[in-house]
Amino acid sequence: MKDIFTTANMLFVLEGLKMTLYISFVSILLSTLFGTILGVLRSLTGGIFRLLAAAYIEIVRNIPNLLWIYVIFVVFRLKSVEAGVVSFTIFTSAALGEIVRGGLNSVGAGQWEAARSQGFNTFQVLRYVILPQAFRNMIPAIVSQFVTVIKDTSFLWSVIAIQELTGKVTILMGRYFQVGQVFTLYLILALIYFVVNYTLSLLSRRLQQKLTY
Amino acid sequence: MFSSTGPFAWFKWQALFADWQIFAQGFAYTLVVAFSALALALLIGIILGIASCSNIKPLELFSRIYVEFFQNTPLLIQIFFLYNGLPYAGIVLSVTTIGIIGVGMYHGAYIAEVVRSGIGSIAKGQLEAAYSQGFTYWQAMTHIILPQAKTIILPPLTMQAVNLIKNTSVLAVISGADIMFTAKSWSSSNIYYGPAYVVAGLLYFILCYPLANLAKRLEDKVNALPAEAGGKKSRLAKQDVTVGNS
Repeated sequence: MKDIFTTANMLFVLEGLKMTLYISFVSILLSTLFGTILGVLRSLTGGIFRLLAAAYIEIVRNIPNLLWIYVIFVVFRLKSVEAGVVSFTIFTSAALGEIVRGGLNSVGAGQWEAARSQGFNTFQVLRYVILPQAFRNMIPAIVSQFVTVIKDTSFLWSVIAIQELTGKVTILMGRYFQVGQVFTLYLILALIYFVVNYTLSLLSRRLQQKLTY
Repeated sequence: MFSSTGPFAWFKWQALFADWQIFAQGFAYTLVVAFSALALALLIGIILGIASCSNIKPLELFSRIYVEFFQNTPLLIQIFFLYNGLPYAGIVLSVTTIGIIGVGMYHGAYIAEVVRSGIGSIAKGQLEAAYSQGFTYWQAMTHIILPQAKTIILPPLTMQAVNLIKNTSVLAVISGADIMFTAKSWSSSNIYYGPAYVVAGLLYFILCYPLANLAKRLEDKVNALPAEAGGKKSRLAKQDVTVGNS
């Protein structure tokens, strides 16, 4: 077992982890932005904007993330980090759009009326009154979606050969032949994802408690 | 785009329609795997969900560990382990079996959480009241708690079914003959990606959209309930269940 835990191997795996976190982080950032816009458009506007946002959310989130990765790969015709980020942003924006819609609905109508009565305009009401409360309610769902992104980036190795965490460890597995060694590598792989995601879940629980009054 | 050389050229669609049976088989395969995996996930989820509210420490601990492990590690790695890892130990499973076991165990964890929070949303007094009437734990669960929790559990459970269907696409990575793999392999032999992916997307959509919509309508019904019955003001964190991602 000693031959698995070498410095070279660990650095190799660490590089993969960095790639996984980088792609996840950028995708999450972009998706949060687009998802919020989609959610607001869907629940607070009317006409064509509402329709377009609803169509985007419903079509994209009811089709597997994996299919979007394949589609983006075919469209871009390149195996790159950008293709990975774009495919995750497309899917996760829709998922977050739906979460934001639910969050906005969870804030009572009285809040709008009260803020309006104090002379806030629509944007101000959203920015200072509605969204902060909505986001607090949404934290568990949002973070669970972030965890989903981190987990699903594991597809990128199989589909577009990006050497993220799963890719790096899979490459390592090719160099070992004993059952104990291979199983150990699977365990390490699972544990790294677990530590990252579980930490994220714990932080979200703490954050939500802090924001609840 | 739809011109004779574009990705959605008419002759490519014709080629796809000529091979419609291949896509129909992929659709049927996805359905079979999804139904079987859902049955397994429900079994695991209900048992572990009840176990996590049982007040028996080892059972609670086991279901906690199970849920946290499966929710926080990628489904793909679990599938890879079954497909690439187990043969090292001399265990070779068919791709279909791997799909059912892998997806079923993974979503079992999510369903366990749904069941747990559903039971948790029923006031504790109900259980005590049942005890005072001489009910045993199992009798109280099956006759008093679960029938009430059912209404609250149903919307997020439906959402889990949607996620489960989508996640069966993971089988494409291990050549599983499902919708995703069919579209991928059919189009990689003739490079008619456009129609193949549109049809694959459509097939998933017609499975998932009605269910997702149903979940939303069931959810609205729950929110209209009074707080004691798990309605909007219940202890159940609303967002936790409405979206239920995985």
